[in-house]
Amino acid sequence: MAKLASTFFNMFLSLLVVSSLSAGALGFVYSVTRSTIETSKLKEKADSLRAVLPDFDNDPLSEKIELNVEGERLLVYSAKKAGQDVGLAVETRTLKGYAGEIVLLAGLLPDGKIVNVVVLGHKETPGLGAKIDPAQSPFLKQFQGRNFLSTVPRVRKDGGDVDAITAATVSSRAVCDAIQKAYAVFKGEERPDGTTRATPRRKWGAQ
Amino acid sequence: MNQAQNFLKGILKENPVLILILGTCPTLAVTSSAQNGLGMGLAATFVLLCSNAVIAAIKDLVPDKVRIPIYIVVIAAFVTIVDLVMAAYTPALHKTLGIFIPLIVVNCIILGRAEAFAARNDVLSSVVDGAGMGVGFTLALTVLGAIREALGSGAVFGQKFLAGDGILLFVLPPGAFICFAFMIAAVNALNRAMAAKGKR
Repeated sequence: MAKLASTFFNMFLSLLVVSSLSAGALGFVYSVTRSTIETSKLKEKADSLRAVLPDFDNDPLSEKIELNVEGERLLVYSAKKAGQDVGLAVETRTLKGYAGEIVLLAGLLPDGKIVNVVVLGHKETPGLGAKIDPAQSPFLKQFQGRNFLSTVPRVRKDGGDVDAITAATVSSRAVCDAIQKAYAVFKGEERPDGTTRATPRRKWGAQ
Repeated sequence: MNQAQNFLKGILKENPVLILILGTCPTLAVTSSAQNGLGMGLAATFVLLCSNAVIAAIKDLVPDKVRIPIYIVVIAAFVTIVDLVMAAYTPALHKTLGIFIPLIVVNCIILGRAEAFAARNDVLSSVVDGAGMGVGFTLALTVLGAIREALGSGAVFGQKFLAGDGILLFVLPPGAFICFAFMIAAVNALNRAMAAKGKR
């Protein structure tokens, strides 16, 4: 079969046919994989929630609240057991890391104590800042059981008592920043400049 | 050239990464561990197989002047399919490879094989060519990833065999360039030795 000549009509027709077939194939694959992708995302989220919160029997995923803190959208999940509030998980994020956004999930008890913190996403340098990932270094574990209700999380270099990762002070500071934001949500406090509109149903810190 | 030679050329003689030096961006960027290299290699191999097959099948219906846009649409469609399927069934791997999956679209190996091979040969030879090139790409990435992971974090495929941190340099980009250069030298030496023996 001879090659089709490059006339305007042939070029138009072949591009149209190839594009339409590709679009159709993509639509089909998307509709097949959509529910699986959503399920695996939800499962991942549910696993992280279980890792940072005490035992709960409600479905925090369906009871999430979205809050604006310092211009960023933070998600808040509250955990209940037998109707009682047992903890609050804040999906907190910061752009102060070395590369891109760091997203953490911090679980807090009603008295402000941190149960656990996990990393949901980051793009820090492998081998350096990537050590904020608890699988690679014990850095994030030091936050377990801490309470920053009245103090501010800071690395030692900045006068605080958080041990920074060697050669990754920027990433360590960013984690502190994200945790501080989680506490801003927790306290539901109004900042002097009015940027925080974090108002959970009641003031968690004031128990 | 028979099909066996056609397949084998992608592994050593015309290895896309180590001899043709194509697709170096994903090669250097994702190979911080053996598993990442393998995952990237398999994803690219799948795209290469499908795009080579389709392009060889439609080559006579494609007017010359719009062949590149048409190849790119075909390749992009397969890459998006891989992206969606990986997000659905291997979410952890999908997360580590991240941006590099969509970037397979602009991987020169795939367009290069479409233009240099699939557009001139029949479907079967093109699939075999795609398989050989894909295996060559996957092998190169996995070996590079394994060397960097072993030197940089004292582990292979996530299995730690050394306590401690390893040589950080090899996890970072400069380590990728250093290992890459040594691998190119090794494969060149191997090819030269084989040529001297008068085989292939």
